Amino acid sequence: MKRKTRRLWLVVACVAGLGTAAGLTLNAFSSNIVFFMTPSQVAAHPPAPDHTVRLGGMVVAGSVRRELHGETPVNRFDVTDGQAAVTVRYEGILPDLFREGQSVVAVGTAAAGGGFTASEVLAKHDETYMPKEVAEALQKSGKWDPKFGPPPDASSWSSMTARDGRTARGGS
Amino acid sequence: MSPELGRFALALACALALAQAVLPLSGAQRRDARLMAVAPGLAIGQLIALAYSFLCLIYAAVTDDFSVSNIAENSAVSKPLLYKITGVWGNHEGSVLLWALILGICGAAVAAFGRNLPTALRARVIGILGGVAAGFELFCLTTSDPFDRIWPAPMDGQGMNPLLQDPGLAFHPPILYTGYVGFAVPFAFAVAALIEGRVDAAWGRWVRPWAVAAWCFLTCGIALGSWWSYYVLGWGGYWFWDPVENASLIPWLSGTALMHSAIVVEKREALKIWTVLLAIGTFSFSLSGTFLVRSGILNSVHAFANDPARGVFILGLLALVIGGSLTLFAWRAPSLTAGGLFSPVSREGMLVLNNILLCSLCAVVLTGTMYPPFMSLLFGKTISVGKPFFDAATVPLALPLFAVMGIAPMMPWKRARMWPVLRRLQAAAIAMLVALAVSLWGLKGVLPVLASAFAVWVIASSVTDIATRIALFREPFSRSLGRLRGLSRSAVGTAIAHAGVGVTVLGLAGMSQAQHRIVEIAVGQTEHLAGYDWTLTDVRTRPGPNYTALAARIEIRRKGRIVAVMHPEKRSFNAQNQTTTEVSIHTNLLSDLYGVIGDQHGDAAHRTYVLRLHYNPLAPWMWLGALVMALGGFLSLSDRRIRIAAPRRIPVGTAHVDAG
Repeated sequence: MKRKTRRLWLVVACVAGLGTAAGLTLNAFSSNIVFFMTPSQVAAHPPAPDHTVRLGGMVVAGSVRRELHGETPVNRFDVTDGQAAVTVRYEGILPDLFREGQSVVAVGTAAAGGGFTASEVLAKHDETYMPKEVAEALQKSGKWDPKFGPPPDASSWSSMTARDGRTARGGS
Repeated sequence: MSPELGRFALALACALALAQAVLPLSGAQRRDARLMAVAPGLAIGQLIALAYSFLCLIYAAVTDDFSVSNIAENSAVSKPLLYKITGVWGNHEGSVLLWALILGICGAAVAAFGRNLPTALRARVIGILGGVAAGFELFCLTTSDPFDRIWPAPMDGQGMNPLLQDPGLAFHPPILYTGYVGFAVPFAFAVAALIEGRVDAAWGRWVRPWAVAAWCFLTCGIALGSWWSYYVLGWGGYWFWDPVENASLIPWLSGTALMHSAIVVEKREALKIWTVLLAIGTFSFSLSGTFLVRSGILNSVHAFANDPARGVFILGLLALVIGGSLTLFAWRAPSLTAGGLFSPVSREGMLVLNNILLCSLCAVVLTGTMYPPFMSLLFGKTISVGKPFFDAATVPLALPLFAVMGIAPMMPWKRARMWPVLRRLQAAAIAMLVALAVSLWGLKGVLPVLASAFAVWVIASSVTDIATRIALFREPFSRSLGRLRGLSRSAVGTAIAHAGVGVTVLGLAGMSQAQHRIVEIAVGQTEHLAGYDWTLTDVRTRPGPNYTALAARIEIRRKGRIVAVMHPEKRSFNAQNQTTTEVSIHTNLLSDLYGVIGDQHGDAAHRTYVLRLHYNPLAPWMWLGALVMALGGFLSLSDRRIRIAAPRRIPVGTAHVDAG
């Protein structure tokens, strides 16, 4: 083979490899991207039941309930952004850092009869830190502006949001 | 006093590094032998200054000097001595200093082991390492000073996150950083080659050991990190596909490609420009991985906004190192002569295929990692991609890679025919078909079945490769044994490392079949999972040194016989108002039984406990395989040819190396 033919081979192989990679990436993107949604967004436009989303907000104080289905523990709690609340159903152990009145991210799908079924609950934070998405959503909803200092104390948050959350739930 | 001495030593190291960058490089340019000769001395001097500085920080940590703000924020009197020492690199400032120290060690290593190198090349390599070191030491001094004092000094420090107080995590950063920083040496060789305008077989032979060494450490570091998250975080998984983990996987993939393409440079003087680009790219990925992703700058715009000086400095430094080297590449690469010819079906052809597949994988992981932050930065959309994305996009690329891995080591150089190679791999192919049949029967899912079949193929063909080389069963056994002794260690190392990949992939395939149950039961109740009976026999509270633990006792029986007794705990640290999970793992090397205790519920009469029970088949193989890979790498590093041989440069024009 001549040098040119060989170089052609190389180019073809490279293009094929990168093309496959690009195709796989785009294909995987189209079905596997997980969008972040706030409770008010989920309440207004529930995502398709087969579409995984990340739901983030504050856990409404006093909303955490626990049931046993056989031997499987089922947790239910309300997540709010101060405008609407969504009830999350989660089978399993809530993370060590899960607290009422603090921020949380639930990964899962919208349930058929309203509400949200989480396959994973993330609470990777302490009292002063909140997940970036939750902080941004709270800022958008006007509940917290970083210009006026750190996010309000967790206890005041929960009483404020619990009321808002309850009215929103009553309305839906 | 000693923190000030430490800071002075750091400043001294920075000055030495600057001299190390300027003097040898200008000396090499002007062919001034005296200027070039100062390079090794400066590199070793810089290392001594850095080591002294690092020791000062460790001394401050061990003696609880809380007037140093870094110690006050991250240490406490009550912390065990081991974690006082390892806590030094558990925070941003200390880890930057560790990073610089390892870079200093790399520079000194080139000075010590590079005596065979041509003077000018050695001076340039050490000079470039010095330039990179100077930049990062300046970054450390100006924006992340680990020796910063606070006044008044607190009586006690704020302590360390109990989650991080773990031996696995204590030694994870030094090993991982050695891997990251080790790729600075191939990078320096690449830039030096661009300045000289010359890449040849000898260059390939000099670069490869450094790339292999860095790769070994990176492999161990990634495996250690994954193992830590498996047994400490207690969520039952081993890889989260989060940006921090991907930041280590990306340079690993491109570094693996580099290690292989350097072989082609060494043996056949082909792929030269590509190898130089890979060396630059791998170190660039390491750099951006450590400083953009690990420090969280890219993940959150807030981290940037909190500390603009740090962010701007690091972005400027990265732009200088990466942009500068790529510009140099664009300018000088065309002057490098094109390499030897080879047909697509040949060892070179297979190594090219390896590079294409590895780089495609690298591009996929890079896209998956960078897309979400860019989307949020540019369009304000918050999205994330996780395991489903990476599984769907990487596994189809990895499978052909495994197929090639089995064939390539047996393929002759330059020009080959497929059929004789495949005929020698008959046994491996049969093993693969058997594995396919077994896994079709035993495993769920298409990808795990294919992955385990290919894993067996890789292991079997590595064994076949060695068996063919020593003429096993074709000659008397004693003579085969003699041949094995005479076999080059790099060939054995290759086979072992490839088999290690197979072991890891088998582990991954096994883990895809993991089962778990989450139950809430009272003491005395029994659960069934994966053929085992798990009985919660006792739960009690146990006081620890600075926590109280809820300790469970779980008996695991199989067909009535006790297999294991587990003691998972949930620890509450009162000082930090934090709880951690102590997983209990019982392993028999074929599977892990994994138990976690969660909350307790109910009153004293009807108390129930939430338990999470996992059955993880072949889980230990994932990390064992990584260890085997690193072992293969270290074995090939001990090859005689690398240790002793001082490859001579053939004068330009007559450069032609026969196939080895």
